Amino acid sequence: MELSQLVQAIREKFPEAITEERKAAIVIKKESLLAVAGFLKGEFLFENLHCVSGVDWKDKIEVVYHLYSFKHKFMLTLKVFLNMQDLTVETLSGLWKSANWLERETYDLFGVKFLNHPDLRRILNPDEWTDFPLRKNFDRPDFFRLPQSDGLKAGG
Amino acid sequence: MDRYELMGEMDTKDIKTGEGWFDPAHHPSNHPEPVEGLRSEELIVNMGPQHPSTHGVLYLELRLDGEVVIDCRPHIGYLHRSCEKIAENRTYTQFIPFTDRLDYLGAMNNNLGYVLAVEKLLNLQVNERVHYVRTITAELNRVASHLIALGTFAQDLGAYATPMFYCFNDREKIVELFDELCGGRLTYNYMRIGGVQTELPAYADKYIKDFIKYERQKLKEYNELLTYNAIFLARTKKVGILKPEVAINYSVTGPMLRASGVKWDLRKEEPYMIYDRFKFDIPVGANGDSWDRFKVRLDEVSESLKIIEQALGGLPAGNAVSKVNKVYKAPPGEVYLRTENPKGELGFYLVSDGGLKPYRNKIRSPSFSNLAVLPEIIRGLNISDAVCVLGSTDIVMGEIDR
Repeated sequence: MELSQLVQAIREKFPEAITEERKAAIVIKKESLLAVAGFLKGEFLFENLHCVSGVDWKDKIEVVYHLYSFKHKFMLTLKVFLNMQDLTVETLSGLWKSANWLERETYDLFGVKFLNHPDLRRILNPDEWTDFPLRKNFDRPDFFRLPQSDGLKAGG
Repeated sequence: MDRYELMGEMDTKDIKTGEGWFDPAHHPSNHPEPVEGLRSEELIVNMGPQHPSTHGVLYLELRLDGEVVIDCRPHIGYLHRSCEKIAENRTYTQFIPFTDRLDYLGAMNNNLGYVLAVEKLLNLQVNERVHYVRTITAELNRVASHLIALGTFAQDLGAYATPMFYCFNDREKIVELFDELCGGRLTYNYMRIGGVQTELPAYADKYIKDFIKYERQKLKEYNELLTYNAIFLARTKKVGILKPEVAINYSVTGPMLRASGVKWDLRKEEPYMIYDRFKFDIPVGANGDSWDRFKVRLDEVSESLKIIEQALGGLPAGNAVSKVNKVYKAPPGEVYLRTENPKGELGFYLVSDGGLKPYRNKIRSPSFSNLAVLPEIIRGLNISDAVCVLGSTDIVMGEIDR
């Protein structure tokens, strides 16, 4: 299977969805993510959502989905760019259950809100945290005070 | 005496299909008779974060009805050291020791996954001998990791000390070799971008061959001791069944996926490095229950031994240790590379902006996804079986929390 083949198929079905075609990845509009992902899962048997990662590009946040098809032995990279003002994207956990935890991790570390997610809580960091540590502008505190506690805890 | 004779009435067909074995769905505690006037309610039990059978700081919130688990919510993050953030502030070479501490039982495999990803990003070629030395060490580490999984699983089921000591004793032989090789017993920091740290010692060839011979004998013993032991079968057969479609949907990988009957091994299906040169099989389970997960790991040990034997036979002369750069400047771009680790598929997603440090280093750890599926498996089981299932998933918190 070739990437160009997939791009063509998506273009035919969703003419507006693809914003950019890269060497090994497809960048799509965030509004059409769910529809395109469902189409890929159904038509091209991408049964496995392998990895969800976020990348902070300072003015926007990129969410990267690695989809895998056992049948075609093909790894597809889907990308969505989100504006800092509107960090929301539709969840894929309805299609792949693995998205549940992987998206929770991206929410925890980057602050991307996944709409209609069944259980969007922090996963690695404490629930009381307000920061998103993997953003580039994250300032590592020397000390931090836990809410509802009166003592200082050594941090960093 | 033949092991089947020991088991009396049961024949081999029963072992393969699990038919005739105790089915937890028919246990009386799953169908409690309501008693008039007796108040009953659900109970929340917090298992962990400090619990001997959770293999680290895992906290399971179990909702119980009597002894049956209705729901389970895993809470993770107690071992979070933010390796991904650390990676953004280190050069590519400096991050290698941190990969040791992800899955600390398979440090060599983590090293390998990371350096392969960086080498792909840098478009760096290494010589033949490096490939072979890496294969040998990585497969030895896989054996060591699986031995711990087998030993601790038996320990979780109450086979106190004996199987664990046996397995740790075997693992010790591998660890001693690694100690000689790179000075570490747990965290090796052995692979380098463009090579390895040290050459195999002169006695390694004979030592490893002796070990293979010894381990093959031992595996037979484990089959007698555990695999076809009637108590062990009763505790593990048909307990915690994971269906293949569920496993794939949850992105479960490694021995857990194969135990569910999906014949998938990256080393075979999408060979990286030099794995396409070796002859080995992919062990697959039939039912996807705890026993299958145990058996698949046990069989994988012998498959790994086959690979090591072939790699030792084909080990080319040359130099595995060559001069490597202290820092590498990666061209802008990104790479996603996965390798088959003892626990499953480990992926590194590296993004470079052309600097000395990675712009982003995302670690896709196998145990993370393998744990996410746990509530699906243990719903409806007894709480004692939940421990059995957790032991059979073989998770390492170090790579879940990162």
